[in-house]
Amino acid sequence: MSIDKKDVLKVANLARLALTDSEIELYTSQLQRILGYVEKLSELDTTGVEPTTYTVPLKTAFREDRVKESLSREDALWNAPDEDRGCFKVPQIIE
Amino acid sequence: MDLTTLTIKELSEKLRKKETSSVEATKAYLKRIEAVEGKVHAFVTVTPDEALSMAEAADKRLAAGQGAPLTGIPIALKDIFCTRGVRTTCSSKMLEGFVPPYDATIARKLKEAGAVILGKNNMDEFAMGSSTENSAFHKTLNPWALDRVPGGSSGGSAAAVAALECAASMGTDTGGSIRQPASCCGVVGLKPTYGRVSRFGMIAFASSLDQAGPLTRSVEDAAIILQAIAGHDPSDSTSIDTPVPDYLASLNKSVKGLKIGIPREYFIEGMDPEVEGSIRKALDVLKSLGAELVEVTLPHTQYAVAVYYLVATAEASSNLARYDGVKYGLRTKEAGGLLDMYKRTRDAGFGDEVKRRIMLGTYSLSAGYYDAYYKKASQVRTLIKNDFDEAFKSCDVIATPTAPSAAFKIGERVEDPLTMYLSDIFTISCNLAGIPGISVPAGFTKENLPIGLQLLGKSMDEETVLRAAHAYELSGGWLGRRPTL
Repeated sequence: MSIDKKDVLKVANLARLALTDSEIELYTSQLQRILGYVEKLSELDTTGVEPTTYTVPLKTAFREDRVKESLSREDALWNAPDEDRGCFKVPQIIE
Repeated sequence: MDLTTLTIKELSEKLRKKETSSVEATKAYLKRIEAVEGKVHAFVTVTPDEALSMAEAADKRLAAGQGAPLTGIPIALKDIFCTRGVRTTCSSKMLEGFVPPYDATIARKLKEAGAVILGKNNMDEFAMGSSTENSAFHKTLNPWALDRVPGGSSGGSAAAVAALECAASMGTDTGGSIRQPASCCGVVGLKPTYGRVSRFGMIAFASSLDQAGPLTRSVEDAAIILQAIAGHDPSDSTSIDTPVPDYLASLNKSVKGLKIGIPREYFIEGMDPEVEGSIRKALDVLKSLGAELVEVTLPHTQYAVAVYYLVATAEASSNLARYDGVKYGLRTKEAGGLLDMYKRTRDAGFGDEVKRRIMLGTYSLSAGYYDAYYKKASQVRTLIKNDFDEAFKSCDVIATPTAPSAAFKIGERVEDPLTMYLSDIFTISCNLAGIPGISVPAGFTKENLPIGLQLLGKSMDEETVLRAAHAYELSGGWLGRRPTL
């Protein structure tokens, strides 16, 4: 599988990146090379092999349903780029 | 007496005997940072005032006859660990002004143990890189040769420990980011078993691979730090809930009869002869101590880099989705609507390598490609893990070089991401399998550049890894070698 400029633009949109034209050029050629390299995985027959996503047995971590302290509103807003009356403020969403 | 040349063990003994104080040691380190930091550039942030007040508190504990082995010891943290009230940047413009409102579990545990935190070490942005050249702020230089990289991504941590700017530093390792810089800078670097140490408050890169560990000047020091940070954390559901052994108790046991596996896939034709020579000599040392060398095979080794760059980037693309300019971090001013704000913020805040990996990860997870890339890679990951399970049936630890070459020159590999990725060829499988690994100094090239021996262990068997590394360190003849700056 190869990747072209159109794919890169589509992926950039999915990843929410406003790439410049030169970045698109660069990533198209670099991703082509990297994807060419990872192509070697297709040499292996993995039929019936379970995928590993974690190396430790994952189980649902239960805990007592107890009220405990959480971040204060002040702490949570400490790094907010913009805030208004105790809330995170973002640019207009609905035109 | 220069306090900065002491190991944690030695300084801790002096503190207990009241031969020196934590304030004195902290001042010595701050002076050393002032003297060499202009050459090495290992820190993003130095916090002298906070360090001195932590040192005063540690001296009070010591005076009262209290305190742990780390009480009063000046250390540093990779700038990936959240520290309440102290800027935590991940060496990214995205987090340049981020001041966490809480401590990472590791930072909290080290503070509770009485360690003095001198500051935050430089790194590859979001831990993505093998040379620390991807920091958005500055390059860190290798204390052994200032025209060379310190390795990465924990390059600032490794350089700071080697340059005597801190007694130890905490790093993180996703595909070799503790062990490879340790090898490049001639220090010890330990990556514990996945889940042995909490990841809470450690800024995420690839959540199924990331693990924190110490960079130190001796194996014994690495064991002391592991003792303080290991264990289950209710805030990290992937941390393992089994008792933490006494790592120091087994450290001095003999390696007589220990079976050391030598994977034939790691000693291939064309590898750097100086690296191979040093590793072969190190193996002879272990053999002379009574260890038994056995040949093992890890047949899927050649696929590890490909698996890693699909799995790690897929996880990264999802983890880094949180940087959207809303709750913390950078937000570009000139944005139009919300979507435009996201896109411009992310383009402005992330560096080149981070964007490349987000793009690769997003692509391999996107509709139509998931089975061919992410799922395939996760299946091959199983084969790699099975290779280790099989190999460990006939040996106790596995020995390999840490890196295929000594530290390379600054700028040498920046234009070519794939060649840079191959720097991690010997360290990556360990993360994919979730097992522990250590790099310990094992000699020098003719140009006086450090070479590292890597020892890999069974899952949760840090004790054997530390014991073998410690035995080698004591007989190898490299302990205490320092760069001149």
